[in-house]
Amino acid sequence: MDSKLSRRSLLVALPAGALLAALPRDALALDVNQARALIDKALGEVNAVINSGKSEPAMFKDFEAIFVRYADVRYIAQSALGPAGRSASAADMNAYVKAFQGYISRKYGRRFREFIGGKIEVTGARPLKSFFEVKSVAYLKGQSPFEVLWHVFDKSGKNQFFNIIIEGVNMLAAERTEIGAMLDKNKGSIAALTAALKTAG
Amino acid sequence: MLKKLLPSCVCILLAVAGCARQEPGTEFNDPYEAHNRAVHADNVAIDRTLFGGGKPKKRPFLPAPIARGLANFSDNLGLPGVILNHLLQGRPDPAIRSTARLVMNTTAGLGGILDPATAVGLTEEDTDFGETLHVWGAPEGAFLVLPVAGPTTERDLVGSMVDYVIDPLHGAFPEPEKYYVAGGKFAGKVAKRQIHGDVIDDILYRSADSYAQMRLLYLQNRHYELGIEAEVFDPYEDPYGQ
Repeated sequence: MDSKLSRRSLLVALPAGALLAALPRDALALDVNQARALIDKALGEVNAVINSGKSEPAMFKDFEAIFVRYADVRYIAQSALGPAGRSASAADMNAYVKAFQGYISRKYGRRFREFIGGKIEVTGARPLKSFFEVKSVAYLKGQSPFEVLWHVFDKSGKNQFFNIIIEGVNMLAAERTEIGAMLDKNKGSIAALTAALKTAG
Repeated sequence: MLKKLLPSCVCILLAVAGCARQEPGTEFNDPYEAHNRAVHADNVAIDRTLFGGGKPKKRPFLPAPIARGLANFSDNLGLPGVILNHLLQGRPDPAIRSTARLVMNTTAGLGGILDPATAVGLTEEDTDFGETLHVWGAPEGAFLVLPVAGPTTERDLVGSMVDYVIDPLHGAFPEPEKYYVAGGKFAGKVAKRQIHGDVIDDILYRSADSYAQMRLLYLQNRHYELGIEAEVFDPYEDPYGQ
């Protein structure tokens, strides 16, 4: 029964795919300048928060909001969960993604604390595989400048980043390790993992 | 003389660094994982005692400007060794820039406590004998966790032992001064633990598996320092992120 169903959906999907392929590519696809502009805009907002003179807790809230707006959190969440997500129900998956969003924005929002008193600037962009890599340099108080790379795609239909690489350290790889370890601790239960994520980060 | 000596040195070092081979299909070359995990647990216990275990309201060990000064001072003491390694790697340009940095920070930077060189664009270009071994073609070997000193690899362990011996400052100071130098380097390590406190606390005290997280971050960052191209993760080939 399954195979019949997938064959039918394949038949429906094929002409749609052909139609998409026939459209001029640049009418749809993200280009290198848009990718660069996206990160420029996101970092502009980060720098504005840094210079706003707000209290630290207020700044963290703002950083969280920026993270959620510019990152494809659903993709990052699903990728971090890996094969365990395949057998999960849609409801479990949605609850997990929602909990993951809170967790990751708290975690990385807190990380932005170090940016207070510093700045971060876009220095270049290039196409890479099927997406774009935007290069930036962070100048933090009392530290040597270091490189931060942003991987940008439009898989969800919106231009968003899906990975950050800070001096070689890859956010997706780190989250896959972390979520994998949390899932093990919760004996493979996605519901228990979701509950644990609500207080983690 | 040096030319004749170099190949035999490389051979010995290759033999030492290459003693554990990577198993095909494993993500990390970590054959001593059980032992490493036990050492890591001890290290975390020591860190928790000394640095508070990631409690949010902890008072910093040192006032921030003091910590910065100590870290700068210890970095400056490391520069002669850095310059030597740049030269051993056949990289004269960073050796020259690091020499200018050493001169500037030792004089205008009051013996290395301040870092005016970074402000004029002579930023830190750190290296060590572990990198020199990499440049010479030695394999990385297994991942290791040392008591107190923490994560390293077989190649980097050999590298840090060689760095100790070939350091131009080694034996350059008489009796009392050489203890100040050793003390300065140690204080620099403590200061850096404090400066990078949030990041380290996150790894050690907020991860579900701090060993796995530390191993991943250490190796990724080390490969980046060594200029080893990381595998690029392609989201369109990811079967899980839909």
